[in-house]
Amino acid sequence: MKTVFKKLFTFVITVLLVTLFVFIAFELIPGDAATARLGINATPEALSVLREELGLTRPFFVRYFSWLFSFFFGDMGTSYSYGVSVRSMLASKLPITLTLTLMSFVMVVVLSIPIGVITSKYEDRPASKIIDVIGQLTMSIPPFFLGIIVTYVFGMILHLFVPGGFVSYNVNFGKFLGYLVFPSFAIALPKAAMSTKLLKTSILSERKLDYVRTAYSRGNSTTDVMYKHVLKNAIIPVITFLGMTLADIVAGSLVIEQVFSIPGYGRLLITSISNRDYAVVQAIIAIIAMLVIIINLIVDILYQVLDPRLRGN
Amino acid sequence: MMIMKRLMALVCAAMIPAVVLTACSGDKTDSSSSIVVGIPQDLEDSLDPHEAVAAGTKEILFNIYEGLLKPDENGELVPAVAESYSVSEDGMTYSFNLRDDVKFHDGKNVTAEDVKYSIEKSAGKLGGNSLIGAFDNINEVSVRNNDTVDITLNEPDIDFPAYIANLNASIIPKDNAKPAENPIGTGPYKYVSRSPQENIILKKFDGYWGTPANIENITLKIIPNADSIVMNLNGGAVDMFARLTSAQTQQLNSNFNILEGEMNLVQAVYLNHSVKPFDNVDVCRALSYAVDVDNILELTSDKKGFPVGSSMFPAFKKYYVDLSDSYPTDKEKAKELLAKAGYQDGFTFSITVPSNYQPHVEAAQVVSQQLKDIGVNAEIKLVEWNTWLSDVYAGRQYEATLIGVDASSLTATAMLDRFVSGADNNFTNYSNAEYDALYEKLYSTPTDAGRTEIYKELQKNLAVNAANIYIQDMAEFVALSDKYEGYVFYPLYVQDFAKIKLKTQ
Repeated sequence: MKTVFKKLFTFVITVLLVTLFVFIAFELIPGDAATARLGINATPEALSVLREELGLTRPFFVRYFSWLFSFFFGDMGTSYSYGVSVRSMLASKLPITLTLTLMSFVMVVVLSIPIGVITSKYEDRPASKIIDVIGQLTMSIPPFFLGIIVTYVFGMILHLFVPGGFVSYNVNFGKFLGYLVFPSFAIALPKAAMSTKLLKTSILSERKLDYVRTAYSRGNSTTDVMYKHVLKNAIIPVITFLGMTLADIVAGSLVIEQVFSIPGYGRLLITSISNRDYAVVQAIIAIIAMLVIIINLIVDILYQVLDPRLRGN
Repeated sequence: MMIMKRLMALVCAAMIPAVVLTACSGDKTDSSSSIVVGIPQDLEDSLDPHEAVAAGTKEILFNIYEGLLKPDENGELVPAVAESYSVSEDGMTYSFNLRDDVKFHDGKNVTAEDVKYSIEKSAGKLGGNSLIGAFDNINEVSVRNNDTVDITLNEPDIDFPAYIANLNASIIPKDNAKPAENPIGTGPYKYVSRSPQENIILKKFDGYWGTPANIENITLKIIPNADSIVMNLNGGAVDMFARLTSAQTQQLNSNFNILEGEMNLVQAVYLNHSVKPFDNVDVCRALSYAVDVDNILELTSDKKGFPVGSSMFPAFKKYYVDLSDSYPTDKEKAKELLAKAGYQDGFTFSITVPSNYQPHVEAAQVVSQQLKDIGVNAEIKLVEWNTWLSDVYAGRQYEATLIGVDASSLTATAMLDRFVSGADNNFTNYSNAEYDALYEKLYSTPTDAGRTEIYKELQKNLAVNAANIYIQDMAEFVALSDKYEGYVFYPLYVQDFAKIKLKTQ
């Protein structure tokens, strides 16, 4: 309970600070929602009429606190560029970004844990060395570029998907998931490589410890020692890493959405920044902050479940 | 241990759909009359025609809305919601006779009241702004009878029909409370739905009064990332994309026909005449002599593009004078002029370029290189579009900027009025007494021939004084899948989807 309160407090402070910074940033960069909308048709009169209409003439703190107040009561305001409620806009895009993030995360886990276990077991075999090298390579490729390579290989050469052929979840859910497999893969690969390497080193160092020798001396088989003893201890740092990775994946999905033409939060965020549509930007950033904090909370809870030593504290 | 097992089971279960689904995602439904058109940005300003500002928005809305008149592909004004119009002797009253078979997309007939409402709303008489400055000149809009609407002006304006044909003067139903969320017009396509940053769906309007559209369904797919455009086209997700660069078209596969037209804009290094040294005409001329337009075209667009020498593009056939050879490349002469102006050692200035327009960025790089030859150091300053709008365009805080300027309506003044001293949109701060006097003469010249002559003089004035370093009207490339045909270029920033059709086998 105490943890939940602590997390809730962190959340409130984080959202407050993050949104305040975004507001300040919008004050500092040139242009506002009115200049963005009127473009080269902007005359001083037209600008002042539109600014009045959009409520941009109010003082900074009045605008910020009125936004904050409404936000905590669930009203995210109206988008300047679309004229529709931000809430409905974000609600319709949430499944896209969320699916992409979760799918990538599942891939990281699915790829890294078995590969980590196997490569640590057959540490000296050439195949294991090759996997190491491949891992090192994928780790150093930025997700954006990896996205382009994935599109090229799976889309243009193997024709497994149509690049840019995104289908929305409410049109055809199967095709929607099918399309997201490849961008998720592009996000997941470097993270999976890192997680594999971490797990492998973690297992190798655990195996040198005394309790492992004791376990063998009690007559346990190699497999038993591995899964019942070594992995349970070796997985702890990996869980920490996966928690941080999930936050990273959210950020990565914003980038990958650009490459794969996926109309999720990333696209909306970037265009809203250039349109100075701060109602949308604020809401997205607050939601992402919220996601990251919730993820951290889940990781903390998972720790306690996996590591009995932490339960006492 | 239990947890580990469950975790593993979960992981494995999650993997199955991912693998299965991969197999069924590759096909695209290919309905006989639908087309997916890629557009580089969403329609973010407004779907209300009276509030739409961005050229990229207006060119799409052109298919949904119509005014009393509209432009055709030759740049002529043709009747649309109005069947014909007449002007009173004194040039003060325009009477529009409405067609009796024009329907809105919701099935209702267009009435004279709707027209009165639309023009008044567009002119800002019902609150808000007017996006057509010339509509300040409207004194009254009155309904004479069910088929006739009279518009009375404060003073005669021979260009008035061109403003009436502007998309911002489209006719919309009076009883539609929210035109931005529920767009209803009279055009050949009707609005179906949109998903922000994803798509906009249009459907052929069966009750259209004129030549009906050919393709039944249009999906406008938003692809803001320039690198993804080619992949989307080659991968088959998109059937058409306009305004591609020549480099992009070279990467397309053989399933596309590349159509070439002009963008109908004037790309130039626009100079801020209120900062030194651009207040000195010799410096401006020197720079114009130093810049080699052919070389720019060769390096940036594979020699495609139409060199221009003043603020008018060739599609304005009647008004256009070819002044592109006013400053043949001559570095020696450029140096002489610089010396005469007192800059024999050259100088340094910055060219501000919006970073999202790659062709302008590339042209700026070539210009900067060319100017080095005469000792002038041009630094390129990349800014984001909104910063450009606010600092350069509205704030006029810049030295030079490389950009394309287009015409908001089919009038020569749309290109030329921005160089009159003190004009609201004169972002170059050009101030020339002779130019102002010539422009003033337009008001007292009633004949079309007389005015055309003045427009030509105005263009020459800009060329002689090297108001800007003029480059080109850029080539426009449209990629259209070979399943379709019938794309037409307009002398305005317009995409006419109604004429596109499936190729007959």
